[in-house]
Amino acid sequence: MENISSRPTFFLQEWVLEIQNLSILGVNALLNLFRRPLYIREAFEQMDSIGVGSLTITSLTGFFTGAVLTLQTAKSLSSFGAVAATGQLVSVALVRELGPVLTAVVVAGRIGSGIAAELGSMIVSEQIDAMRSLGTDPIKKLVTPRVFASIAMVPLLTILCVFIGIMGGLFVAYSILGISPTLYLTSSYDELSYSDLVQGLVKPPAFGFILSLVGCYCGLRTYGGTQGVGRSTTQSVVSSMILIFVADFFLTRLLLHVL
Amino acid sequence: MMDQSDHRLTPAIEFKRVYKYYDDKPVLKDISFSVRRGETKIILGGSGSGKSTILKLIVGLFKPDEGEIWVDGEEISSYRETKLMEVRKKIGMVFQEGALFDSLSVFENVGYRLHEQGELDDDEIYPLVRKTLGFVNLEDAIEKMPAELSGGMRKRAAIARSLVGNPKIMLYDEPTAGLDPITARTINELVIKLRDLEGVSSVFVTHRLKDASTMANEYLGHERGTLRFLKDEESNLCLVNTRFLMLKDGEIIFDGVHENLRRSQDEYIRKFLS
Repeated sequence: MENISSRPTFFLQEWVLEIQNLSILGVNALLNLFRRPLYIREAFEQMDSIGVGSLTITSLTGFFTGAVLTLQTAKSLSSFGAVAATGQLVSVALVRELGPVLTAVVVAGRIGSGIAAELGSMIVSEQIDAMRSLGTDPIKKLVTPRVFASIAMVPLLTILCVFIGIMGGLFVAYSILGISPTLYLTSSYDELSYSDLVQGLVKPPAFGFILSLVGCYCGLRTYGGTQGVGRSTTQSVVSSMILIFVADFFLTRLLLHVL
Repeated sequence: MMDQSDHRLTPAIEFKRVYKYYDDKPVLKDISFSVRRGETKIILGGSGSGKSTILKLIVGLFKPDEGEIWVDGEEISSYRETKLMEVRKKIGMVFQEGALFDSLSVFENVGYRLHEQGELDDDEIYPLVRKTLGFVNLEDAIEKMPAELSGGMRKRAAIARSLVGNPKIMLYDEPTAGLDPITARTINELVIKLRDLEGVSSVFVTHRLKDASTMANEYLGHERGTLRFLKDEESNLCLVNTRFLMLKDGEIIFDGVHENLRRSQDEYIRKFLS
């Protein structure tokens, strides 16, 4: 008998099935925001762990990205004698692209994997089954608060990341490159348009949604004991990063078209 | 009055020709049995014989691939999750490893159901939880976290959690596995208490034969004015409200009372009992 799993169409089918299940979970998680009971306490706990818990890591990422970006940009611009425009390029790049994407990736690594590991362990130790048998919908109690918290906190973290990134750039520009702080700041501020800000603020909630949803999804489909928890954790990071990059491309394309 | 007698005649749980497959591999084949009201059904069988799957089908955590499952007069296999939530209110389930929520304290775990229903506040829930914990001799652990408890305590806490709300149907998934004989005995006594005092219908999955004989031969009765566990050694009393189901590779090979189980000529059963 032919082994079904060796056919190429099998992988395609699996893939489509995964996307379908992920979408169903996503829709349910969002619809639960309007269905009682609302788990407000859980949502706040998650906002604390996702938001406050990621402050250090996003700040550090922002600072060094801004700093290295300034070094590179200034080097390239110096060959055109346009070092004065460094601030502008750095801030536009950070606001439009690097801030949202890097924050999402870093948070996916920290939070997405944590969610997958936590829910995965709960599956393995039958806690999710116990929850269902006690009359609670795990999607309402576990998934919705996490997705909500992530959608709410990732934009705030992104804003912080971008701000600290520009400050990091300023630090390098002044201390290493000798660019005047006023020049750097004016050029970064003046050249930012509303369309840049809109782009920079539309992406983060979408990324927050993706990373928490993928984390929950991978966690909830865990099977096969502690080894399965490890597999789910890895999978959640890999899948959410890929989905973030893909979504970033399409969102950028869409926003550039619209704005 | 007719209604009431009808209600009493409806079995608490009934399986009709149930099949369940995992990845095309059958785990339950043509399972039919019923648990009457107030009856304790002890399911025996080796590992992987499908014992736990039966319990999970009863609470609706899994759906059968074929057949019907009746719980308290309702056919639940076609029910959606929201409707199943109503059915689950009548059922208490004790999971193999306890499955306590490890981010919550014992108090929050045991009071979980009440807390979720949102009708009572913590001050009202506390005495109820304390009382239920008293039933399993665990009042002192009320403030502890599950990680601080021993295996036996965790299982007793899990039993307490499933008892809150006075479910009429109790399901136990190997509650005595890996416990010392004394703790295991306490859990057996608890199940007998629920059977004889509260008239709870239950399904008790185990592979320990000691559980089986304790529950089939002992009962709670009055002796000189106090309630105690009685046992009739001489005549080898056989309780009819405690019945056995034996599974082998997903099929029922025995269904009946203890006496008949012991007299069975089936080779597998003889091996299992020896």
